Amino acid sequence: MNRAGQPFEFVAASYLVRIRRERARTLGDLGRFLRTCSDESIFYHTFQSLETHHYSAFSSDFAQWVLAACNEAALAERLATVDVRGVTSLEELRGALAGALEEHIQASPASAERPAFEPFHFCEAAEVTVPLETRAWTLGELAEGIRRLSLHTLSYHLITSRLRLKLQTNDFSHWIQHSLGRPDLAAKVNNVDFYTNTLEGVRDEVADLLAAEAA
Amino acid sequence: MEAATGATRAQRLDDYVTEVGQPEVAEIRELAARLRGSRLKMVNSTAVGGGVAEILNRLVPLLEDAGIPTKWEVITGGEEFFAVTKAFHNALHGAPYEGRPHWFDLFLATNEENRKRMQFDEDLVVIHDPQPMGLIHARDGAAREGKAAHWVWRCHIDLSHAHRDVWEFLRPFVERYDASLFSSPAFTQGLSIPQFLFFPTIDPLADKNKPLPPEYVEEVMQRFGIDTSRPVLTQISRFDRLKDPVGVIQAYRIVKKYHDCQLVLAGGGATDDPEGAAVLQEVKEAAAGDPDIRILDLPPWSHTEINALQRGSTIVIQKSLREGFGLTVSEALWKRKPVVASAVGGIPSQVIHKLTGMLVHSVPGCAYQIRFLLSNPDFARQVGEYGHEHVKENFLITANLKRYLLLFLILRRQRG
Repeated sequence: MNRAGQPFEFVAASYLVRIRRERARTLGDLGRFLRTCSDESIFYHTFQSLETHHYSAFSSDFAQWVLAACNEAALAERLATVDVRGVTSLEELRGALAGALEEHIQASPASAERPAFEPFHFCEAAEVTVPLETRAWTLGELAEGIRRLSLHTLSYHLITSRLRLKLQTNDFSHWIQHSLGRPDLAAKVNNVDFYTNTLEGVRDEVADLLAAEAA
Repeated sequence: MEAATGATRAQRLDDYVTEVGQPEVAEIRELAARLRGSRLKMVNSTAVGGGVAEILNRLVPLLEDAGIPTKWEVITGGEEFFAVTKAFHNALHGAPYEGRPHWFDLFLATNEENRKRMQFDEDLVVIHDPQPMGLIHARDGAAREGKAAHWVWRCHIDLSHAHRDVWEFLRPFVERYDASLFSSPAFTQGLSIPQFLFFPTIDPLADKNKPLPPEYVEEVMQRFGIDTSRPVLTQISRFDRLKDPVGVIQAYRIVKKYHDCQLVLAGGGATDDPEGAAVLQEVKEAAAGDPDIRILDLPPWSHTEINALQRGSTIVIQKSLREGFGLTVSEALWKRKPVVASAVGGIPSQVIHKLTGMLVHSVPGCAYQIRFLLSNPDFARQVGEYGHEHVKENFLITANLKRYLLLFLILRRQRG
């Protein structure tokens, strides 16, 4: 079995949700705040809430609110299906979300100021990481380590890491490509659909994929 | 039967491994290790009774077990002080307020007396609710002595409809803290200091939530004359108009046209509360001798019986007209019960409509969703499972413990 030159170092990641002052009561509000809110808010509502909403209709908080509180199913679908693999920065993601909303409002001006059933509260996550003693030198060890991760930590390595890696890859794929020299496998791991699957399902899929390669 | 009646002892973190898993407990210990040597103080206004005391009774031993020495202190005050703070509390919840001019002075004077009596040598001080809020003045003295503790205000109240006079008096105190903690984003007031989300939590090992043997559940159901061969709809809450027990009976009567079910209304508070007794009487009149409605006025120590009633129910209802956070919903969800609940207060944080339960806005709506669940038992089971997972991730006491550790680390990091 190939042994990497540098080990994969697992960390324990935990998050505390900070409630921001922005509060959207209409689609118009949402559009304005999407242009001005923090990058952390955009990231939190698009990716990090997957941990708690992994079984809701849409994975994006914005889409979920537009559907449930504004009853705008078509717009919700559009926000939920922004291709998160096709954007390379949060600015681009922000532009895609705000652009979709602005186009909708332009086509349907009356929807902009219609009061939502409940407001949308902008939040962001404060992160705390603690290095773990667990390290992986081989694919088999990486698979075993992933099976033991809490969902928060899995999310850190697989999803939050995308923020550090320009939304293009994740910690596991990055290590597999650069330390084990397996770009093909790195791409396969990166293609696992965390956006529509539960995190438990993703954990099994990634670990099974790595274990099969290690066998 | 030990599982049902065993005496409660202080819980240890490792006791929760079965409920939340070893990785979660290990991560909590890792976080706590980073805070070794730090001390914490919790301050509230009562040692017994009320949700805050209940939370602290369970949380403080867990903080200690994680290696964070934690001192819990209770402020003292005269009868009039607590009458004033009760009026403040109600006003912050949005109730009418007719305060006297000297009330604010009394509030400040009592806080000052407590400040002089108490020591603040800890590294993190958490003040719960408005009663002890004025203790923030103690930080000035501590700072002069070179002690730089972090001060945090934990608000357990829904401030979204706070009475302006009371809130404008309290707000300057709040904004002197390093951070504020709220039970729901909807409960906040747009403060200038950081606001963090701290969901209230339940203890899965407490008498009202711990696992029970099925035989005990059956025995309790029989003791109260409930037929477990037919669907059982249950609402657990004190006899209070804001919990709308009569509305629950009206919903049940609609459901009864389609399903041969029973209704259990179980709660307390009727014996020592004149209004509770009146509401209980109204409920009995509304039930009008229906043998399939059980009205149970239970004593306050009936936690295990309530646990059994929830576990023995087909559907749990929480049809409140107003609510704080409504943790009885999480208690039912934890037991994998399909829940039909009003979209008020903190309930929408717990019940995601059609995913972890059913949200309703009226008596007919409540009846409709109960009928839907009774007609679709597989869906009801799935909703119950998702509800259990939702509580496991967000509303257990271990999550509360972890949030305090994270908060402490984040505040320390911010100060460098």
